[in-house]
Amino acid sequence: MSPRPPARHRIALIVVSVAALAAAPLFTGSFTVSLLNDIGIGALVALGLVLLTGVGGATSFGQAAFVGIAAYATAWLTTAQGLSPWLGLGFALLLTGLSALLIGLLTLRLGGHFLPLSTIAWGLSIALLFGNVDALGRHTGLSNIPPLRLGPWSLADPRAIYYLIWAMVGLACLFAHNLLQSRPGRAIRSLRGGATLLGSVGADAYRVRLTLFVIAALLAGLAGWLYAHKNRFVSPSPFDVRASIEYLLMAVAGGLGQLAGAIVGAALVLLLKNGLQDVLPLLSQRATQLEAVAFAILFILLLHFARGGLAGFVVRKFRERGSASRPSDGAVPASTPPPTVAGATALPRRELPARGTRILSVSHATKRFGGLVAVNDVSFDVDAGEIVGLIGPNGAGKTTMFNLLTCTLPMTSGSATFLGRDIGRATQRAVARLGLARTFQHVKLRPQMSLLDNVALGAHARTRAGVLQAGLRLDRAEERAILAEAWRQLDRIGLADRADDLAGSLPLGTQRILEIARALAVDPVLLVLDEPAAGLRRREKQALAALLRRLRDEGVTILIVEHDMDFVMKLVDRLVVMNFGQKLLEGVPSAVRADERVQAAYLGSVT
Amino acid sequence: MTADIALILAMDGLANGAIYLLAGLGLVLVFSVTRVVFVPFGDVAAFAALSLAAFETGRTPATIGLVATLAVLATATELASLARRGETARIPRALAAWGLLPAVPCLIAWACARPGVPGALQVAASVLLVVPIAPLLARVVFQPIADASVLVLLIVSLALHFLLSGLGLLFFGPEGSRTKPLAGGSLQLVEGFSMSGQTVLMIASAIVLSALFFLVFERTIAGKALRATAVNRIGARLVGIRPARTALLAYACASLLAGLIGVLIAPVTTMYYDSGFIIGLKAFVAAIIGGLVSYPATAAGALAVGLVESFASFWSGALKDVIVFSLLIPVLMLRSFLSAHGDEDEEEIDA
Repeated sequence: MSPRPPARHRIALIVVSVAALAAAPLFTGSFTVSLLNDIGIGALVALGLVLLTGVGGATSFGQAAFVGIAAYATAWLTTAQGLSPWLGLGFALLLTGLSALLIGLLTLRLGGHFLPLSTIAWGLSIALLFGNVDALGRHTGLSNIPPLRLGPWSLADPRAIYYLIWAMVGLACLFAHNLLQSRPGRAIRSLRGGATLLGSVGADAYRVRLTLFVIAALLAGLAGWLYAHKNRFVSPSPFDVRASIEYLLMAVAGGLGQLAGAIVGAALVLLLKNGLQDVLPLLSQRATQLEAVAFAILFILLLHFARGGLAGFVVRKFRERGSASRPSDGAVPASTPPPTVAGATALPRRELPARGTRILSVSHATKRFGGLVAVNDVSFDVDAGEIVGLIGPNGAGKTTMFNLLTCTLPMTSGSATFLGRDIGRATQRAVARLGLARTFQHVKLRPQMSLLDNVALGAHARTRAGVLQAGLRLDRAEERAILAEAWRQLDRIGLADRADDLAGSLPLGTQRILEIARALAVDPVLLVLDEPAAGLRRREKQALAALLRRLRDEGVTILIVEHDMDFVMKLVDRLVVMNFGQKLLEGVPSAVRADERVQAAYLGSVT
Repeated sequence: MTADIALILAMDGLANGAIYLLAGLGLVLVFSVTRVVFVPFGDVAAFAALSLAAFETGRTPATIGLVATLAVLATATELASLARRGETARIPRALAAWGLLPAVPCLIAWACARPGVPGALQVAASVLLVVPIAPLLARVVFQPIADASVLVLLIVSLALHFLLSGLGLLFFGPEGSRTKPLAGGSLQLVEGFSMSGQTVLMIASAIVLSALFFLVFERTIAGKALRATAVNRIGARLVGIRPARTALLAYACASLLAGLIGVLIAPVTTMYYDSGFIIGLKAFVAAIIGGLVSYPATAAGALAVGLVESFASFWSGALKDVIVFSLLIPVLMLRSFLSAHGDEDEEEIDA
């Protein structure tokens, strides 16, 4: 593998930035230093938004409320209770985290626009509360907040707290970077692929989103704590919806697609604001009014012409110039995984049931959509070690049956048993964790993630590294094992040489095969494939058939929904034929092929 | 709380609810047709109220300047896009539609801005004056990015609100104003309890307007086109409905509703340049109760919001907004419980 120039550039850029930031207070005036302090605090909040909105696809117009909760928490604890600011940090984060958890539990199941709209409502309410609680000083706020002390040093001076703020920003970025390149990070990056995708690998989209929401809130909380002890005074107005929108503006202006966008955006917005404050009074008496107007106009122009933000723009330029075979998803490129499996322990495998034991039995499954009966009283069994085909003409109810089996849809009546467990009312996630892996008819891959990452997502339920471990890089042994497993599965389907390419760059047929690799990474007992041969060329179909036979020989059971008769007939041990929602018959391929009813269903009867 | 007070609060709540009902209808209309959560709705209402206040003090409302500026911008946008597509033949029509049409209410307003003009005429002029605002804004700001995700549209919409409220401050100044009541007298309901004429007018307007709304939707081609676009944009396009035009119609309706709201509440509440935001937000609460799609549920939500607000202000004037917004919590819980099995794919955000 050739060295990647963009990565070298990035490291050089980071080193130069860190050095410049470290030296900045030595060469600049105190005004610039306090501006840089504000930028750092803004960047922390914006970082949370880049993760939440840019990567996770959920928008919050209430982030400033979390900053406020933390700022007020530490302000109250250190003034009214006279405790140390460091205790205030713990208290502030605890309170912010709990609030976020509560709000998230209530609102994060909402789809689309409901979530952002509800964030406006609670963002407004929390800011209003600050101004109306006696203990928090009502509209005058709380003053005389003690400065931070680090051992013998007081951090009251802007130059002193500068280093603390930017160290926090650096650590937060590092944490976020590590997080995205890990097991929980892959789940976070897949959130926008929908809950069904995550459910199919045994992850809970709601929980992943909730975790992400809390992380973003904690970053805002950290910013709030720093804000309180830097300004040593809090009042309600910096935490209202207007401020929340300014934070969102930072994230959007910098680029929701890059972690660095948070810092770039915070700098851009605050410098611009500063510049406007200098220039506008020269133009008009009503400078403060004009500021809001100018800001809004700039923001709208930005969204019209550069939706990727400044960082997104720079990255695009880089990609156009350099060969850059492998741009990053969401934030940063994955560390190149070793193509060899050396040094990685293998992930534990499931014990596969003995050949011939019954693993799936469906009895009297029925699904109604209103008046339409899509699946009507269908029963069949699947035994370990066989390949069963589910066929039928268009509209026969195959896909609905498929969704019932994988618990993507609840059955109206009837039952299904998988490995001796009733899965009639189970969640998709629970079934996936039992060892039922699937692919999708309409491919659900993350186009901006590498092939390797897409497959590694499949191993989600087999591994356990959490957010904290991932962020602190304590998950590396397990991560190596996951990547080795993903690489092994990619190798199995013959795509290992393209492990670092983006999944979106593959042709559709190959994307289907990639989904099989992801399903294999689940370590399935039963593999359920939805039209895997669609869009494949003849040679590729042969390779796929060979792969599926090999899997069967290894003891994996396969249920396949397919249109390509030639492909299915040569492959399967047994067929279940559906028509008009009902089971037409069941049998070995030769018998099915000879059956008149099947011929009539496909070709129309002669009479 | 005595029965008398409860009755007064309920009346107040109904009047507020009537306003939220109208605002909610406008928001749901715009959202369902264009996927834009039209946050500046309240600002348009505030502009109507402040224009009326300017008329009453004999001044020319600054809104005229705003509408004229927007008309110039919209005409420029339209001409630029026509020139890009080489459709020069349509330029005269575009000039008439985007340049001259919005000038009509401006001229009317200008003519009305002198002492001695009857109050009713000034009210009508104020409402008319704000009608072009939303369609013009839509042409300049939303139409070029009509295919963006709901999120991007929402962010732009919020930025637009800040733009308008900034302009409002610039045009009308920080002072609030209150206008003369539109309807005097009072209505004796029961012994010892009467309802002010203005309250009666507000409730009656809401009832009449929403009835009109339903009639338009059920009985006219334009209304059916709006509904068709709301249900399925592509399908509507395939049967020859132009989404851009329907969107403009929706914006114009919303603008009209906002104008009416403005002149209805100006006599009972002191309006500031930024008073519209909170009104709009509470209408959102109502619209969210209605799931942003259902008109009847939005109406019920609006009444609930109005009543809760009115009773909450009796207990704590400062916290009434907090109480109204926390109304969302049970609603959202119910919604999330009901949608536990629904799975819609997340929208891709182009970054």
